Amino acid sequence: MSETGIGARLVRKEDHRFITGKGRYTDDINLPGQAHAYFVRSPHAHAEIKKVDTAKAAKAPGVLCVLTGDDAAKDGVGGLICGWMIHSKDGSPMKAGPHPVLAQGKVRHVGDQVAVVVARTKAQAKAAAALVNVTYKTLDAVADPAKAQKRGAPKVHDVAANNTVFEWEIGDKAATEAAFAKAAHITSLDLVNNRLAPNAMEPRAAIGSYDAGEDHFTLYTTSQNPHVARLVISAFIGIAPEHKLRVIAPDVGGGFGSKIFIYAEEVVCLWASKRAGGVPVKWVAERSESFLTDAHGRDHVTKAELATDANGKVTGMRVKTIANMGAYLSTFASSVPTYLYATLLSGQYNIPNIYAEVDAVYTNTTPVDAYRGAGRPEATYVVERLMETAARELGEDPAEFRRKNFITEFPHQTPVIMCYDAGDYGASLDKALELIDYKGFDKRKAAAAKKGKLRGIGFSNYIEACGIAPSAAVGSLGAGVGLWESAEVRVNPVGTVEILTGSHSHGQGHETTFAQLVSDRLGIDASQVSIVHGDTDKVQFGMGTYGSRSGAVGMTAISKALDKIEAKAKKVAAHVMEASESDVEFKNGTFSVKGTDKKMAFGEVALAAYVAHKFPTSEVEPGLKEGAFHDPSNFTFPAGCHVCELEVDADTGVVEVVDWVAVDDFGNIINPMIVEGQVHGGIAQGVGQALTEGVVYDDSGQLLTGSYMDYCMPRADNLPTLRLGFTKTECPSNPLGIKGCGEAGAIAAPAALMNALTNALGVKDVPMPATPQTVWKAMAHMREAAE
Amino acid sequence: MPAISMTVNGEKVCGEVEGRTLLVEFIRNTLGKTGTHVGCDTSQCGACVVHVDGKAVKSCTALAIACDGADVVTIEGIAKDGKLHPMQEAFRENHGLQCGFCTPGMIMSGIDIVKRKGKKLKEETIREELEGNICRCTGYHNIVKAIQAGAAKM
Repeated sequence: MSETGIGARLVRKEDHRFITGKGRYTDDINLPGQAHAYFVRSPHAHAEIKKVDTAKAAKAPGVLCVLTGDDAAKDGVGGLICGWMIHSKDGSPMKAGPHPVLAQGKVRHVGDQVAVVVARTKAQAKAAAALVNVTYKTLDAVADPAKAQKRGAPKVHDVAANNTVFEWEIGDKAATEAAFAKAAHITSLDLVNNRLAPNAMEPRAAIGSYDAGEDHFTLYTTSQNPHVARLVISAFIGIAPEHKLRVIAPDVGGGFGSKIFIYAEEVVCLWASKRAGGVPVKWVAERSESFLTDAHGRDHVTKAELATDANGKVTGMRVKTIANMGAYLSTFASSVPTYLYATLLSGQYNIPNIYAEVDAVYTNTTPVDAYRGAGRPEATYVVERLMETAARELGEDPAEFRRKNFITEFPHQTPVIMCYDAGDYGASLDKALELIDYKGFDKRKAAAAKKGKLRGIGFSNYIEACGIAPSAAVGSLGAGVGLWESAEVRVNPVGTVEILTGSHSHGQGHETTFAQLVSDRLGIDASQVSIVHGDTDKVQFGMGTYGSRSGAVGMTAISKALDKIEAKAKKVAAHVMEASESDVEFKNGTFSVKGTDKKMAFGEVALAAYVAHKFPTSEVEPGLKEGAFHDPSNFTFPAGCHVCELEVDADTGVVEVVDWVAVDDFGNIINPMIVEGQVHGGIAQGVGQALTEGVVYDDSGQLLTGSYMDYCMPRADNLPTLRLGFTKTECPSNPLGIKGCGEAGAIAAPAALMNALTNALGVKDVPMPATPQTVWKAMAHMREAAE
Repeated sequence: MPAISMTVNGEKVCGEVEGRTLLVEFIRNTLGKTGTHVGCDTSQCGACVVHVDGKAVKSCTALAIACDGADVVTIEGIAKDGKLHPMQEAFRENHGLQCGFCTPGMIMSGIDIVKRKGKKLKEETIREELEGNICRCTGYHNIVKAIQAGAAKM
């Protein structure tokens, strides 16, 4: 164990470049001779394209080329794909409509890309784009998922009757119906999980560069998973074979899921570079384009019911959800409202019978895909709103009602696929109750009332499945690939270490935490370790970062490679110290020979691995470099208890979050400072969903929230100081005993806040986001009672 | 195209600009100082904050030509003689950044808050003053702590 090892609150190694303005994001990179792309986008939600006239634009100053969907078709540029096959109840495969990189024949949402102009400067490209004359025949549009399947609704894709992508189910319907028939009480809620725009602060960007001499492409892109981008762009879109395509994701300014996906713009930049004769082509999204084209999150309409027996034990859950997919199926869109959602509907509770139906629908809106939490916030919202409401209806304390339904024995097989491996839900609840001073709530409520404020308290006992994804499990569920991770450990002759990882860091701090693991294992300081990631030429392959997988999956791959390094180094040490390998021990960075005073520091063995003579190469080769792939055996299941206390101004409907306690079980923690930061950020996004954020389309499919003027991002004064606590059960399915922490806050927070708000107002439900206007409307019953 | 000159991080610089060239474009594209970022089109996010004649300015909102003759300081110009500015140090020490994209604007705004409100900053004041800076990663918790700590050391 070193001072910079596992558990240390080590200040981040990557910070120096960011705080000095030396970060290197895609838009900071400029290639010699670079041109700029500007996209012509549809102003209509739904229209036939009658004609795209590019003649004027092509002659405008500085223009190198103008490309349309017809050009893409001629050049054989393939369409974008969705990588997870979902089958409907009747066994039929999901109905995936075509998703060309530039629209062909039809546009299906406002912002759909119709043409691209490449010009010497961005201003020239933008000016010329205004000269592209597109003749549209507008069609009726549908934006509301609840209306998409209605008779006579406008049809988004010919292949999808009633705009239905799939009608999927999970669980035992008959057993669940029987449980409801016998129920002593049924709690029912109609819930809308509001549509969100992810809004990483760095807008998406890409530079495509074609080298005619080598017939080779390079793509700089804001990606969370550059290798997956290369695989898809190569194998499915057909731009170039993988060895002729290098994808680099340099510093990336936040992702939250939105930068997992393979988008049209990056493909077009590559293709356009070749069409423009090898001139590098750069595109940087304006924030208004981000709102129109970055895949959105959530957007569920759900009817949820909970059956309880006479003792207040939950006996069944029934859920029907309509999930909005938008106008096209984005890269992982189909997995989000199915296997990442309904498989978590058991929450932390022993629920013997669950049945869920999910209809995924097309609408004339921006595609919807994974956004921080991806399905699990939606599941937690359903479960925790139901639990809180049921407790209130049964006259039970919401904390104790939860406790009596907790799962307490592990492993626990839920009725919806997941097998929870470890947890102690009572421990996190107890700690949260203590931190929030639950017993003192009535006093605080009374004090608030004196100030004219309505105070409420709400719980969210979330669980999530992360460390996506065990290939055996997800392969059988339709995933195109198993989501393992790779690692390579290169020990230099001087004993410093380079870790090559398929994970990608865009704020998570891998350069620090991964180095801490190496420091811990090899007994060297973390400063002696560098992390290489985000470049397909440097790292052979990887699956990237999302679903809180980089610790549990990515670090486990590193750990396995370190096992091999240790084994190899022992052989080297044995050779140099002329000892039997079985007598060599490695501890605290030193190799020693049992029963002797012979020893070598790790750095000395590293040097010997490269410079020692007379290696018996049949037993040990020179060099110290090892690789490993890790395919997890199960998901990991972080869980915890968040408690929100808030006050509502009865006159204005303004909600102030006054206290927040989060107690999380993430198993072993590598760097508490970084983990706390992840929780803070997640909670802020959850509070944003509950209080301020919501993507709004009008009935014609026009986006009404297209900038920060209309889409309200949470600010510093929307949040209180957050109070965190931790409990620990180690994850048994990886050697580090770690879980995942990146999404927990965003998963837990909306339900905690809305439970607190409905508690304060004494109402069953308030729609998110609970803006002052919405809250004021929800207080109508109080005003009526007062009159 | 009109030529302009200004002092940026203590250095005299000049260049030709169009009338519509924004200060942030001049800083990033003409001068190649890419620490100042653009995160939105509507002057809400604050990733582009620099100091112009001692005051915090969103450089996506100022025309370069309007800053002719001005004294401009960017994130690259606040460390002195290889020593980090106390506000930079405080962001690192307090884990006030994750992806780093909003960070330059946050640090420049943080310094400006101290200039206007003094070194003893209440949490409430900092949260209110950060209205013009959006962070999507940190939940602001550690940014507030960092500015408070940085202020005390300035």
